[in-house]
Amino acid sequence: MDLFEYQARDLFAKHGVPVLAGEVIDTPEAAREATERLGGRSVVKAQVKVGGRGKAGGVKLAATPDEAVARATDILGMDIKGHTVHKVMIAETAPEIAEEYYVSYLLDRTNRTFLAMASVEGGMDIEEVAATKPEALAKIPVDANEGVTEAKAREIVEAAKFPDAVKDQVAEILVTLWKTFVAEDALLVEVNPLAKVADGRVIALDGKVSLDANADFRQPEHEALEDKAAANPLEAAAKAKNLNYVKLDGEVGIIGNGAGLVMSTLDVVAYAGEAHGGVKPANFLDIGGGASAQVMANGLEIILGDPDVKSVFVNVFGGITACDEVANGIVQALQLLADKGEDVTKPLVVRLDGNNAELGRKILSDANHPLVQRVDTMDGAADKAAELAAAK
Amino acid sequence: MAIFLTKESKVIVQGMTGATGMKHTKLMLGDGTNIVGGVNPRKAGTSVDFDGTSVPVFGTVAEAMKETGADVSVLFVPPAFAKAAVVEAIDAEIPLAVVITEGIAVHDSAAFYAYAVEKGGKTRIIGPNCPGLITPGQSNAGIIPGDITKPGKIGLVSKSGTLTYQMMYELRDIGFSSAVGIGGDPVIGTTHIDCLAAFEADPETELIVMIGEIGGDAEERAADFIKANVTKPVVGYVAGFTAPEGKTMGHAGAIVSGSSGTAQAKKEALEAAGVKVGKTPTETAKLARAILAG
Repeated sequence: MDLFEYQARDLFAKHGVPVLAGEVIDTPEAAREATERLGGRSVVKAQVKVGGRGKAGGVKLAATPDEAVARATDILGMDIKGHTVHKVMIAETAPEIAEEYYVSYLLDRTNRTFLAMASVEGGMDIEEVAATKPEALAKIPVDANEGVTEAKAREIVEAAKFPDAVKDQVAEILVTLWKTFVAEDALLVEVNPLAKVADGRVIALDGKVSLDANADFRQPEHEALEDKAAANPLEAAAKAKNLNYVKLDGEVGIIGNGAGLVMSTLDVVAYAGEAHGGVKPANFLDIGGGASAQVMANGLEIILGDPDVKSVFVNVFGGITACDEVANGIVQALQLLADKGEDVTKPLVVRLDGNNAELGRKILSDANHPLVQRVDTMDGAADKAAELAAAK
Repeated sequence: MAIFLTKESKVIVQGMTGATGMKHTKLMLGDGTNIVGGVNPRKAGTSVDFDGTSVPVFGTVAEAMKETGADVSVLFVPPAFAKAAVVEAIDAEIPLAVVITEGIAVHDSAAFYAYAVEKGGKTRIIGPNCPGLITPGQSNAGIIPGDITKPGKIGLVSKSGTLTYQMMYELRDIGFSSAVGIGGDPVIGTTHIDCLAAFEADPETELIVMIGEIGGDAEERAADFIKANVTKPVVGYVAGFTAPEGKTMGHAGAIVSGSSGTAQAKKEALEAAGVKVGKTPTETAKLARAILAG
C-alpha cells in the first residue's frame, strides 16, 4: 500500500525523522485556520500518489491565510496525471533551502536483501539520476538482520559523499529512517528531498512510504491509512468478503483458483478477445484453493454486480479440491443468488479440469442451468466467453 | 533420479498438528512420502495416527533430526510464527526447508533468507508461499496433488501453484522427474536458476518447463543463466501480460512496477536465450511435446 505524503510525514514524525509541521485538509476554507496556526504563511501541497505534482501546479506558496484558501481552491479537485486531488497538506514554509539530498531504503528483490540508496543530488526524479548520473547515486546493501547501525549509516554517508557539515545529521536520520522502515514493515521509505536549510538543519521535506500488506496482522494501525474513498467500490466490496479481486477495464468477468492460473486466464481471454472485437478481461478474481459454494457465490455476486461484465468465465483446475465440489459450488452459488432475488442474466462459461473433472462436468450438465455452458479446455472456454461478451 | 527430493528423503512436518498440517500430512503419506515426524513443542512425546501410520511428534527440529535422521522439513506454520520456525530449521541445519505458508511479511522472509546465507547456506529454503515440490512416484513435500501425473522426463519449475498443476496435467502422459513450486513472494529461497541448474545436472530430466509471472527480474536472470549454462531444451510460459501497472495480482510478488517486471520483457528475455515461450499453458505444453517428439 502506497501512502500519501502527509501519511509518510506522520510516520516519519512518529519515529523521530525531522519534518516540518503540517496538516491535511479537504476543504479550501480549512486552509485559513491551518495557515494561521503556522504563523500566517504556508505551502499548499496536493496529496496524490503520483510524481510530478510540482510541475503540474500542485504545490503553491501562500503568503497569507487568504492566499492559502485561494491556492487550496485551485488545487482541490485538480487532475494530476489522472489522479483527482481530494486532499491538500498545509505545510510549514521551509526556511531557505541550501541543498537537496535523497535517501531511501527499499527491498532489493534481485539480491533478496534490503538496499540503502543515497545521493547528494536530491530534489529530482531519482530514476532520472540513476539513468543519467549513476555515479551520483550510492547503493549500499543492508543485511536484514544487522540493519542500519551508526557504522552502517556512516558507510552510506561516505559512499554518497555527503558534505562534512551535514554528515552527523544525515547519519542520525539514516538510523532513524531505518527504524521507521522496520517498525512499520515498509517495502519502501524514501525522503526526497532531504533538505539542508539556511539555518543548517537537515529536514525531510517530502517522502514516500509503501507498506507490506502481509504484515497487517501485526500492524493494526495501518488499516486506518487505507484510502477507502479512492478504492473502486467493487474492489472494496470484494475486500470486505476477503476476496482477492482487482477491477480491470474489459467485459469478460473472470473467476479462477490460484493467482497464477487467474493471471494466465486473463491473458488467454485477452488473446481470444482479439478475434471477437477486442473484448478483454473485466477483473482478476482468485477464489483460492478450497473454495466453498459460499466463496463461489460471493465471487459470482461481485462479478455479476459489475455493469461492465457481459459474460463470465469460471476457470478452475481441481488440485486438492475436487471438481465435483467446485461444480456443486457453482450450482449452489447460482441458487443462493436466485434466492437472494438477484437477477442473474449474464452467461457463464465454465471450464473444469483436474481432480474429478468428469464428475464435476456431469454435475453441471445434469443441473442444466440455462446460463451455464461447459467448455472443457481453457483456450476453448476463453474463446467462448469472449464470443458471448462480444455478442452482447 | 530427481531434484532435491527422492524416496530416500526423510520428511518432518513443522505445524503438522494444525488443521492444514494434518490434512496435507495425510495426503503426503498417501503419495508415499516417508514422513518420520512432526514438530510441536507443546505436543512433544505424543504421536498422531494417520490411517494406521503413527507419526511421532518432537519438541524441536533438532530433536526430530537426531531421532529420525530427517533431512527435509515441510512448514505449515502460520505467518506470525513462520520466521521463528524457519530460523529453528536453519539452526538445526536441516538440508531442505519447504515453506508452504502464504502471507509472510517480507521483513521476515528477508530476515530468514539472510540468516540461512549467514549460517553457510546449509539449509536450502523453498518458498515461502509455494506448493512445495514433488518427485512423482517417490515423494511429495507440500500440497501438489500427487495423482496428476507419473514419473517421467520433464522437469518443472514454477512461481505458481495452480499453473504447476495445470502443466503437469497437460503433460501427464509423459510424466515428470520433479516439479518444484518456488513461490510467488518477493523474497524466495530457491529460484528458477537453482532449479534449472539442478535439472541440467539430473540425468533423468530431458526437458525443462519453466513458468514465470510478472514482478521482479528472476525470469530475465534465468534467461541469462540458460544461455550460459543449460544444454537441455527449455520451454517457458509467463503469466500476467494483461496485468495493470502497480496492482498486486494475488501473489505478493506479482506486481509490475513502472516499466519493470512486465511479462513482455520476461518473454523477450527468454526467447533471446533460445527458450520457446508459449502464449497459453496449452500451447506451452504443445511446444514441450513437439521437442520431445524430436
